Amino acid sequence: MSLRSANDPKYQKPLTRLIDVAAGPLGLKDHEAEGGYSALRKALKDLKPQDVQAKVKEANLRGRGGAGFPTGIKWSLIPMGPDAGTKYLVCNADEMEPGTFKDRLLMEQSPHQLVEAMALCAYAIQAQTGYIFLRGEYVVAAERLNQAIAEARAAGLLGQNVLGGAWSFELYVHTGAGRYICGEETALINSLEGRRANPRAKPPFPQIAGLWGRPTIVNNVETLCNVPHILLNGSAWFKELNQGKTSDAGTKLYGVSGRANKPGCWELPMGTTARELLEVHAGGMRDGKKLKAWLPGGASTDFLLPEHLDLPMDFDTIARAGSRMGTGLITVVAEDQSMVSAVRNLEEFFSRESCGWCTPCRDGLPWTVKILRAIETGQGQTGDIELLSKMTRWLGPGRTFCAHAPGAMEPLQSAIKYFRDEFEIGIVCDIDSSKLDVCTLPAGLPDITDHRDLATKAS
Amino acid sequence: MTDKVIKLADLNKTAFVLSDEERHEVEHALTHYPDGRAASIDALKAVQKHRGWVPDEAIPVLAEAIGISAADLEGVATFYSLIFRRPVGRHVIKVCDSISCHLTGYDELRGELVKQLGINYGQTTKDGRYTLLPICCLGACDRGATMMIDDDLHGPVEPKDVAGILGTYS
Ligand code: SF4
Ligand code: FES
Repeated sequence: MSLRSANDPKYQKPLTRLIDVAAGPLGLKDHEAEGGYSALRKALKDLKPQDVQAKVKEANLRGRGGAGFPTGIKWSLIPMGPDAGTKYLVCNADEMEPGTFKDRLLMEQSPHQLVEAMALCAYAIQAQTGYIFLRGEYVVAAERLNQAIAEARAAGLLGQNVLGGAWSFELYVHTGAGRYICGEETALINSLEGRRANPRAKPPFPQIAGLWGRPTIVNNVETLCNVPHILLNGSAWFKELNQGKTSDAGTKLYGVSGRANKPGCWELPMGTTARELLEVHAGGMRDGKKLKAWLPGGASTDFLLPEHLDLPMDFDTIARAGSRMGTGLITVVAEDQSMVSAVRNLEEFFSRESCGWCTPCRDGLPWTVKILRAIETGQGQTGDIELLSKMTRWLGPGRTFCAHAPGAMEPLQSAIKYFRDEFEIGIVCDIDSSKLDVCTLPAGLPDITDHRDLATKAS
Repeated sequence: MTDKVIKLADLNKTAFVLSDEERHEVEHALTHYPDGRAASIDALKAVQKHRGWVPDEAIPVLAEAIGISAADLEGVATFYSLIFRRPVGRHVIKVCDSISCHLTGYDELRGELVKQLGINYGQTTKDGRYTLLPICCLGACDRGATMMIDDDLHGPVEPKDVAGILGTYS
């Protein structure tokens, strides 16, 4: 991949255009020579903060962290004006969604792009301080971002009176110490304040009362990185980056992981199909296996089937297909891999990463794992599948304090919907025996009927 | 009789003193935030960086340095998975056990590590060389199965690669 020299006149891969993994990231001088920081210079010279906000809104940029909320609308909720007081900008760089590996690329390979983007966004909302909340394991990203910040500060692009103007902006890298829940906007704020990362009740939303009670914008790395390009090239250009594939604007960092021939991450027009990702960019499935199922964008999205491969990967289309685009990096399951075991793995992750704040999630997820383990080892009991289906409602939207538990239920409910027979095979003597070679009760089964029977009755 | 008593605190233990370097790192972190509490994780990490882990005795000292109660800091220190509250080996091996790695050979990788090291998750080898831990998705799913040893990312790792990789950490 040598995008740096490509110098694409259409500028169709703005986020990764300057990335050349083999050569490493550009220093400040080279980055500026390629147009870096010119959006910031332009904004500070010619545009009012509200103008920057308006351009982002007009471009119809949607959040790339998973939820797809319109970025311009989020920004417009922040109080402006001379009395607005201290405000903060936080970059959510806590990339821990299993199956997601795009922000790492942007931060390790193009750190100045994120620094400029944050300065621009902070100018647009008139924040004085920014933090990059970076997961602790991203050691290389931390090093490169800190270096980029130091270079930018020395050049007057950050710090007191940015570029000689009236506005000042300090930017810090804050590294986390593990825990997936830190990626949840309000949990992230708690964690940044030095507390346990339990989510906060909303409202008030962070735009009104966030970090240290002050108005705060939290945006994902990829989302922010789009901003300088929108400012430089205009919203019409940004919208057309999708090459007419969908109504969502811009490009997207898409990717493929799992047993594909060439797993990876690519910047492509929004609305590219999963089939193109898998067959063209990732070179198809490994060992000539067939695709069985795929997660469209991380562990907390519903599985989709091969028949969904031709849908454009955008927020609304994937939602209509019964899943969520999430982070847009697909995880593929091959025909000979077990769905029960994949779901058990996913639920173990969610169970371990529950923040423990509310009972349905804290207790319900380990219970889910226990049932799935039983089914996986052929020790499931009559009624287990029905019980799991109930769990997807008991832990579903509206039952828990944050979206962690509902997110955990998405792959489970879709796996039961599409692959019920794989679950049935794990249930002792409860099925049409023609599906099994032999049907004998294994000796010494652990007693795992107790509380599950109670729960079934209680409902 | 006495050995039945569970000690909640050992009052005779030698006092924990922050090294100059550690104190400097904590103080540097404090300059990044308007509120000392926010430096909790940086403070814990400062000690962990130099000692490998965060002993109980460090908690009140660090809490005082950043201006919060020891109980508050303890709450933070026990919440986050990358803060170690027991001694660890010279090298910490973190194996990604999330979905993409699960689909690309996690079980085999874990099996090989357990076999070669003779320990399970949460344990340290007798020679004090390695501690083995599971970790969530390392954000390198295109390189599954992955693991991190100290600050180094490895992937894709097949069972046959394990011995060679381990050999480079003494
Ligand atoms: S749903 Fe889970 S992660 Fe969210 S607040 Fe409740 S316990 Fe915490
Ligand atoms: S699932 Fe292992 S690195 Fe992402």
